[in-house]
Amino acid sequence: MNKHMQTSSIERSTVGKGIAHDSAKKHVAGQAIYIDDMAELPGTLHAALVVSTIAHGIIKSIDAADALAMQGVHLFLTAKDIPGHNDIAPIMSGEPLFADKKIEHLGQPIGVIAADNIELAVKAAHAVKVEYEVLEPVLDVETAHERKEYVLPPQELIQGDVDAALKDAAHVFEGRLEIGGQDHFYLETQIAYTVPGEDDDMLVYSSTQHPTEVQHHVAHVLGNLANSVDVKVRRMGGGFGGKESQATIIASAAALVSHKTRKPVKLRLKRALDMTATGKRHDMVSKWRVGVDANGKILGMYVEYLARAGYSADLTGPVITRAITHTDNAYFVPNARIVGHACKTNTVSNTAFRGFGGPQGVITSEAIIDQIARELNLAPNDVRAINYYAPDNGEVTPYGQQVEQNQLVPVTEALLASADWDRRRTEIDRHNATNPVIRKGLAMMPVKFGISFNLPSLNQAGALVHVYQDGSVHLNHGGTEMGQGLFMKVAQVVAEVFQIDVDRVKITETQTGKVPNTSATAASTGSDLNGMAAFNAASAIKSRMLGVAAKHFQTDETDVTFKDNQVHAKGQSIPFSELAKLSWAHRVSLSEAGYYATPKIHWDAKTLKGRPFFYFTYGAAVAEVAIDTMTGESRCLRADILQDCGESLNPAIDLGQIEGAFVQGMGWLTCEELWWDKAGRLRTIGPSTYKIPGSRDVPPEFNVSLLNNASNIEETIFRSKAVGEPPLMLAISVYLALKDAIGSNKDRNFDLKTPATPENILSSLSGSANR
Amino acid sequence: MAKVSLTVNGKNVEKDVEDRTLLVQFLREDVNLTGAHIGCDTSQCGACVVHVDGKAVKSCTMLAAQASGCEVTTIEGLSGGGDLHPVQAAFREHHGLQCGFCTPGMIMAATDIIKRHGTKLDEATVRAELEGNICRCTGYHNIVKAILDAASKMDGAAKVAAE
Repeated sequence: MNKHMQTSSIERSTVGKGIAHDSAKKHVAGQAIYIDDMAELPGTLHAALVVSTIAHGIIKSIDAADALAMQGVHLFLTAKDIPGHNDIAPIMSGEPLFADKKIEHLGQPIGVIAADNIELAVKAAHAVKVEYEVLEPVLDVETAHERKEYVLPPQELIQGDVDAALKDAAHVFEGRLEIGGQDHFYLETQIAYTVPGEDDDMLVYSSTQHPTEVQHHVAHVLGNLANSVDVKVRRMGGGFGGKESQATIIASAAALVSHKTRKPVKLRLKRALDMTATGKRHDMVSKWRVGVDANGKILGMYVEYLARAGYSADLTGPVITRAITHTDNAYFVPNARIVGHACKTNTVSNTAFRGFGGPQGVITSEAIIDQIARELNLAPNDVRAINYYAPDNGEVTPYGQQVEQNQLVPVTEALLASADWDRRRTEIDRHNATNPVIRKGLAMMPVKFGISFNLPSLNQAGALVHVYQDGSVHLNHGGTEMGQGLFMKVAQVVAEVFQIDVDRVKITETQTGKVPNTSATAASTGSDLNGMAAFNAASAIKSRMLGVAAKHFQTDETDVTFKDNQVHAKGQSIPFSELAKLSWAHRVSLSEAGYYATPKIHWDAKTLKGRPFFYFTYGAAVAEVAIDTMTGESRCLRADILQDCGESLNPAIDLGQIEGAFVQGMGWLTCEELWWDKAGRLRTIGPSTYKIPGSRDVPPEFNVSLLNNASNIEETIFRSKAVGEPPLMLAISVYLALKDAIGSNKDRNFDLKTPATPENILSSLSGSANR
Repeated sequence: MAKVSLTVNGKNVEKDVEDRTLLVQFLREDVNLTGAHIGCDTSQCGACVVHVDGKAVKSCTMLAAQASGCEVTTIEGLSGGGDLHPVQAAFREHHGLQCGFCTPGMIMAATDIIKRHGTKLDEATVRAELEGNICRCTGYHNIVKAILDAASKMDGAAKVAAE
């Protein structure tokens, strides 16, 4: 019955409006409750993780006597105390909650200690003595690759015949790019609060993007069934991918203590430990050989990624898949061989981070374009233009998906015009001709980003909608709120279906007991999936209410309309609430579990071929920078962005996502540097040494727009498009503008590592980074 | 143990606390005001900013004992019992928040900036003085807009009040 309801055929009353975040008023009043703000139940214990202090070795002994002797310290648990399985791997297996014998990275959890308060627990954790047999750690991807130490087999995508294409090419260029990692630096560190119940039940409040995974792993670790664990998430203080698989470590450790003590347990990581013990964006090295014709048109490319998986697989497999499937970015590559290696290092296991491999793929693609332009002395935008996927002529990506609703030309041309490219290009060249110290740079780049989880089975969602007899609505779905505005967007969808005010829709915490078997709120799919599931639930209830209304008005269902909190037919009206009451009186169900599965997608994980993405989003950015050639310092002076959000569900929220993603991407590429010492100890474990963008580090002139008239050709929720990740990659324009500034006195291509810190910019300027 | 006696949001509070108790811990755990958040533990992120005797202070840099005898205002008390303070209203109106974790500290810092600069407040000053408050979500654009708008509205309100 629902499939006939075209989502775009409903008149828009709430959808498309820039309504504030669902908790905006609570946030500004300090009334929004994060897990650490919850009133603690009597008897609550505070837990702390005991972690390894070496990167690689064997545990010889663990002595917690001194720690347990402290007044107020209650118990210490290790791998041997786990009643179920000591494994929290999100995809594979063999990723222990607590290291049993083998230590594989510094900061690896060995056990958990519980005390009366957090300060005491942390102190006690430091008092646990662990003796190790120390082994030599592998700390970089090149060494791991040489030794063939991987956490997964390589992934390889082959399209056409690269060797032949390169043989026939007018020019072949080789390159290598070191791409830095990134800490999520969510403001709220990882936290869980676990409350044991009757039988062996466990209620888990977790700051997680993936409540279902927390549920399954807590059950698994405790040796219980999934139905004994209920996970609740009202909000996170930021996630960015860092709370997709990593939250299970914290929740499982807390639940283990609750299980043993039958007491509520809170486990909150302090910032330094959060940065040490939880995974990050994969740093990668990409290497390529690209063959082009005399005009710079790409004939074929060979690309290899060495990704730092860290000690275990975690989500590295699909991260590499997404890097591989975004190596084309906006450009038609008729012949390609793209290989990704999941290099095993003795560092923390890297994980999801906004973009999920896409950023590493796109920056590689753009570095290749930039190299072609520099080597052939062409304007980079001209090289881009001749390589864009042609508009809707059936060109396919290297992984076999047709590029549909191609917006590359409209987006980039509109942006170049609104950003006043031609004038500024001339001015900047003139500036650079007469200013040897402060050099300026300007660059434009597009992003084409595939929307859907690469793995088709993850592209499903559920929602639960109730209408009460007073006409108020209860909304629940599998998506989680981490600040991205998902809860409001989905509430707008439901309000739109019933044509009621959005404040009549009660937004409720995500809960595995209400909507089961959910996917992570990730891959930018939150509103696509959960919005559609909620739409289906609300539409089913509405169609039943229509029947009641038709009877009431003694007319056909087609005569009945819902509008302005009222139900109308034949010139008469009753309030929506009265129809709700009538429906109850007629014994018509006002509750529905909605479900949605993304259509059209399929994927062969062996050959890396198929149609992994329901659709593409398109965006472009122009960035202007200045560098001080004496110090290597840089500033982004201006950024202009045009992003395709389809028919935006909420333009205010989408603009906020774009601005935030761009700045986060700038951080990744310019100032956020992860630095390990030779012993494998991460030395950048707080805001004093790990620099995320501050209020002065963002472009003072920042023009962000949504593409107009861009209704999604696919039947997404109200024809909108996803927005969470794609604009992060637009910050690659800043990297390219830095290259433009550095390159203003260079004849040929040159390397610039990311993050482009002052040190790395100076290396590029002095030529020491050149091949 | 230290005896701490201070005013929090206009109410007298007297407690015995451990000497090393930080003001932020005291507010969150002893006074049950959880609007000030702990983001970094190292006095850099600004999520815990409150006003002590009218000045913005990172409440994790100060011991509760040091605040004894002071008047402390937290995000919960900023509006003085009214609906929303103009800075709070501006953050909501301009979408100057996403996950909201940094928001209370941002607003308390912003209120202090506006108070000190009054009509002379410009964007460069806001950006410079907001450096001690980290936001990971918004890119600061809407936060800066909200602060400038609040400043101009408060200035207008002050002028009306003076007339």
